[in-house]
Amino acid sequence: MASVTLKDVVKVYEGGVKVVDGFDLEIADREFVVLVGPSGCGKSTTLRMIAGLEELTSGTIRIGDRVVNDVPPKDRDIAMVFQNYALYPHMTVYENMVFALKLRGLDAAVIHEKAMRAARILGIEGLLDRKPKALSGGQRQRVALGRAIVREPKCFLFDEPLSNLDAKLRVQMRAEIKQLHMSLHATTVYVTHDQEEAMTLGDRVVVMKDGVIQQCDGALEIYHHPKNRFVAGFLGSPPMNFFEGRLLREGERLLFDEGTAKIPVPEWARAELAPRAGTVVVMGVRPEAMSDQASARFAIADNSLPMRVTLIQPLGDKMDVVLATERHPHTVAHVDAHAGIRAGETVPVYIDTERVHFFAPGAVGERIATKRR
Amino acid sequence: MAAADSPFSSTFRRRPWSRAVVHLFLIVGSLVFVFPVLWMLSTSLKPIEQTLTPEPVWIPHPIEIGNYASTIAYIPFLRYALNTVFVCALATIGTTLSSALVAFSFTRLEWPGRNLLFGLTLATMMVPFPVVMVPLYSVYRTLGWIGSLKPLWVPTFFGSAFSIFLLRQFFMRIPKSLPEAMTLDGASEFRIFWQLYLPLSKAPLVVVAFFQLMYSWNDLLGPLLFLTDQSTFTLTLGLQAYQSQEGGTQWHYLMAASVMTTLPIVVLFFIVQRALFQGMSSTQNFEG
Repeated sequence: MASVTLKDVVKVYEGGVKVVDGFDLEIADREFVVLVGPSGCGKSTTLRMIAGLEELTSGTIRIGDRVVNDVPPKDRDIAMVFQNYALYPHMTVYENMVFALKLRGLDAAVIHEKAMRAARILGIEGLLDRKPKALSGGQRQRVALGRAIVREPKCFLFDEPLSNLDAKLRVQMRAEIKQLHMSLHATTVYVTHDQEEAMTLGDRVVVMKDGVIQQCDGALEIYHHPKNRFVAGFLGSPPMNFFEGRLLREGERLLFDEGTAKIPVPEWARAELAPRAGTVVVMGVRPEAMSDQASARFAIADNSLPMRVTLIQPLGDKMDVVLATERHPHTVAHVDAHAGIRAGETVPVYIDTERVHFFAPGAVGERIATKRR
Repeated sequence: MAAADSPFSSTFRRRPWSRAVVHLFLIVGSLVFVFPVLWMLSTSLKPIEQTLTPEPVWIPHPIEIGNYASTIAYIPFLRYALNTVFVCALATIGTTLSSALVAFSFTRLEWPGRNLLFGLTLATMMVPFPVVMVPLYSVYRTLGWIGSLKPLWVPTFFGSAFSIFLLRQFFMRIPKSLPEAMTLDGASEFRIFWQLYLPLSKAPLVVVAFFQLMYSWNDLLGPLLFLTDQSTFTLTLGLQAYQSQEGGTQWHYLMAASVMTTLPIVVLFFIVQRALFQGMSSTQNFEG
């Protein structure tokens, strides 16, 4: 096992497109790090540079204490699991798993033992003589994992390994990958565009956009204290709502003017927001922090906005309510299912100001204030 | 193709007689194509006096099966056949192997000028053989190959543009992650070619091999240009020479030899038919 260190890594494609820019990350030995971001954010490219499938334009990558920039992929002692599994279609499961070991010239008995151990861990002993074509998606994914495990690499790389599976299987395999990581203790870098996967799997989550790291922290830290508006909007489902409004000073009070109504700025945010009085800021509110009067589990005072209900999406004991104000036509609140709300009505929607976030305007507006918890 | 998914199926259902009309056309068409083959077969079994009669004889009487044995004795058939098999085998191996290697390089390996060179390779398809015939002849003469079988097979080891094109198109459909996975597993580029691309491309390889085999088997112009000694003649050239040399052609022997020349290719076609169509339609799926 080993640490992986990326220092100031830059990747520019032919034609000058910069896909990864100044990427700095230290992945500790045995750590599980998830790179997450929208497609085209450079996460896969970063992974492929660690694997050696893509060359760096500048910067250094270390695995353990060896700089691997010019080390060919096979000598980097890594194993990679691909999105489409990349099993060799003309070989059996067993042959797929032992291919790398055979190339290393290991003893046949050793190879067999390693393969059988990996097969046992993944529960695919019964499939060893089959060709990949005869396997289901989940089984193929297991074989791909097996092929990675048998090599006992220093570092596992996963490139969106679950995106080809159906939703149910994805949740199941996600748990298996996590368990596997806990039993093998291998350093793991995992790429996904799925924020849920990122939150559940990663010891640390790296949120990327346009080739730049937006935030790198534990999943809950990112969820509760996003560094900017992009990160705030990326993690969480349904995503955070953003209200753009002007800060007003009325006597002693500092108010956030949404346009429809004014909401007092909470005490904890006053210090950061007061200097910005008169300017436009963005207030981020998670759907869970918005509620109708009946199901609110926070203090109700003058912290409400009158909003029109445009759509109700029942989810069992909860429901997602799509709400609109003049300026913010698509806002989602996650409330109790029994809340007596009907589409078409205009109702006061309360905002838990203890749980809001304030950002500077713009798509990646920096955080101005979040309450520490 | 089953009648159900024929492009005419709806017409057939609405107007049943249209099916008969279509079939009539097809039958007449096939007769036109099969006529020379049947005539060849018939003549090969005739006694000599029935070969050139004013009234065509379709069913020979008696049927002279012995013509075939006599042909082998009369024409150096085995010698020609051996030469042909030799050329075909080497040419087929040569074209398949070299074209696959070149196609792999055009697909998987990155090198400067790759696309330009691929364009040039394709452009050579536009040059008809008669244009290069004379220059080729002088090249082979300088090499001292005229009169030997070398001009017929050595060049095939340098790839053929069409085969390269065909294989490259197929190779490009192999997902990139497969060779990448193999790279991570520690395989060299040549191993990736040999253990991944070749086994996955059986169908198009059969197409390339079969086309080359058919070309070499049927080629008359090449042997006519480059072969001088009868002992090196291939079947096509041998039969052609036999026909012109002997003034009064022994048509029944010639046709028997022609049957024996045609048959192997026909049989081979039926054997590889499936792979051939699969290779040309390329619907293989690599997911897995």
